Amino acid sequence: MSTATETQRHTGPAPAAAPSGAPGAAARLLRWWPAAALALLIVAPYSALPLPGLLDGPVGSPGSLQLLATCLLFGALATGYDLLLGRTGLLSFGHALYFAAGSYATNMFLLEAGLPFALSAVLGLCFGIALAVVLGSVSLRVTGIGFSMVTLAFAQAGSLLVARDPGGITGGEEGRAAPADLLPSALVGIEHTANLYWVSLAYLVLTLGVVHWAVRSPTGRVWEGIKENERRVEVLGLRPYGFKLTAFVLAGALAALGGLVHLLLTGGSTPQTTTSDFTLSLLVMVVLGGSGTRWGPMAGGILYTWADHRLGDLAGSGAVADLPAVLRVPLSQPLFLLGVVFVAVVHLLPGGLARLPSRLSSRPAPPRGTTKENRRP
Amino acid sequence: MSTIVLLTMTGLGLGALYFLIASGLSLIFGLMDVLNFAHGALLSIGAYGTWWAASGNLPGAGSGGAGFVLAVLFGTAVGTLAAVVLELAVVRPLYTRPREQVLATVGVGLAVPALLSGIWGPDALTFPGPRALSGTFGLLGAQVPVNRLVLIAAAVLVLLALRLFLGRTRHGLVVRAGVEDRAMVTALGIDVRRAFTLVFAIGGAAAALGGALGGLYFGSVDPRQGTSLLIFAFVVVVTGGMGSVTGAAVASVVIGLVQQFANYYTAAGLGDLAVVVLLAALLLVRPSGLTGRLA
Repeated sequence: MSTATETQRHTGPAPAAAPSGAPGAAARLLRWWPAAALALLIVAPYSALPLPGLLDGPVGSPGSLQLLATCLLFGALATGYDLLLGRTGLLSFGHALYFAAGSYATNMFLLEAGLPFALSAVLGLCFGIALAVVLGSVSLRVTGIGFSMVTLAFAQAGSLLVARDPGGITGGEEGRAAPADLLPSALVGIEHTANLYWVSLAYLVLTLGVVHWAVRSPTGRVWEGIKENERRVEVLGLRPYGFKLTAFVLAGALAALGGLVHLLLTGGSTPQTTTSDFTLSLLVMVVLGGSGTRWGPMAGGILYTWADHRLGDLAGSGAVADLPAVLRVPLSQPLFLLGVVFVAVVHLLPGGLARLPSRLSSRPAPPRGTTKENRRP
Repeated sequence: MSTIVLLTMTGLGLGALYFLIASGLSLIFGLMDVLNFAHGALLSIGAYGTWWAASGNLPGAGSGGAGFVLAVLFGTAVGTLAAVVLELAVVRPLYTRPREQVLATVGVGLAVPALLSGIWGPDALTFPGPRALSGTFGLLGAQVPVNRLVLIAAAVLVLLALRLFLGRTRHGLVVRAGVEDRAMVTALGIDVRRAFTLVFAIGGAAAALGGALGGLYFGSVDPRQGTSLLIFAFVVVVTGGMGSVTGAAVASVVIGLVQQFANYYTAAGLGDLAVVVLLAALLLVRPSGLTGRLA
């Protein structure tokens, strides 16, 4: 993948690079970390390394691989969502709609029309993109928070439609399982979890690549301009609408593809992926990791998904059940913990986890005074 | 005819509920550029506070007569207090960062329903309303539930009170001026932050009252009620034009009626979709909403 070369280009004039000796070599090695991490992730299914506390079983066991694959999927999804929030400054509350569209539409083409998987996947993806084009072109007529509310309203309509189960095609509250006989046999069943894991990894690498490439393109520069000051972009003679729609559709397409991966990973479509809570959790991931940064949304997505699963286990564990009610009640609600953590991150950690190293290293003099003064106005 | 009367009254009742949430939401948004995602949580707090008091946990409060009024007052007071705490503890520290203010309220909006469901369980609880409000009365041949009237009356009272407050008092003048141009009001040496807390308190009171009355309307309270009503309140705020209380009132009535009539005359559940289609159609014609105020 292009991650290694991009990193090289990016850190070209790094001031840390010493003329010679060990520090320079270390810095050179350090910039290859994405490639090393990718290599590690590729071979992970072959590992029997136990990570007590982090995972229930050894890394290569189906349960752990399933969790890791979900983490990677949501890392990618958050990266795609940040194309809107962190890169273009569009706060969409309806991203779940395109994710669910990819999953449900593909499932429908499989179940109702009995089409082969590859064709269903392409059609499902096209449906997600078409939906993003239509709804994006309407909701982008409003700017600012109005846009957020309109995207939320559309997503809510989609969620209601799925819940009402029109003609029995969405399965309502239960969702619908994908037909195992129509899926590629290498992607079905617990013994093929490693393949699904690699599919998730491939989706993550693809999303990172597409987002990096798009952000560096001329269009990406305009997105940055729109995020900073939309009026100025207009004064330069460019129409922000088209550029915003491009970002919206690209993010929608990535989300629809993610829905497809989710369909394979969970073996069906679930109504939970259509709810506004789902979009809000994407928002939490992005802000937790650091909006508008290269690795932040991915890290936030992975961390959130892992914490979500582990908090669920913690909530159901005996240690929590023995606590006094004052502690037990909040601890048994994963959403409560996530909400509180989110508020804390927004207050105490502006820029998310991605800004944490630079904030720690520059603690004596916070850069540009963006944090200290503003916290106590 | 009787069906139309019943649908109209039900739609107006629902619209009243939307207005109680949307008015505060609209004012907060107009003044502070903050979309308060915790507003539904304030409604839930009001609903649970009223339920708690009316279930006999508060001395003097109960499910009938003056006891019920006391329970509603208690629920509203708890909601107002929660709104003030929310403003002071969560929103104010992020004064110069509107985007992050919105995000922080998202966190509160996730946490509060989860906490409520942790304390009182995720299932709907029966709401102990007074017997006098659970009956029906005849209107043009239709049997209309009495609680619809209570909701409509409460919404009209809140609308009148808000208009009097905004139009006739000095604080109201500051809020109105702040909605128009916050920078100018600050430049005149007026502390807008006090107006923020005030608007949060008013919005919280209206939302909590909406929660108490929503308990009457639905006959039950559950932790997700606030959030689901909030989404329609968003639709109302966009439709009515941001920051306009009158716009919110008109839009609430329209949305409530459209929803009820569409639910009855088409398949059940299509009313929710009809509202969103209406919103999309309106945005294509008038991107700034009914009253022409832009975001």
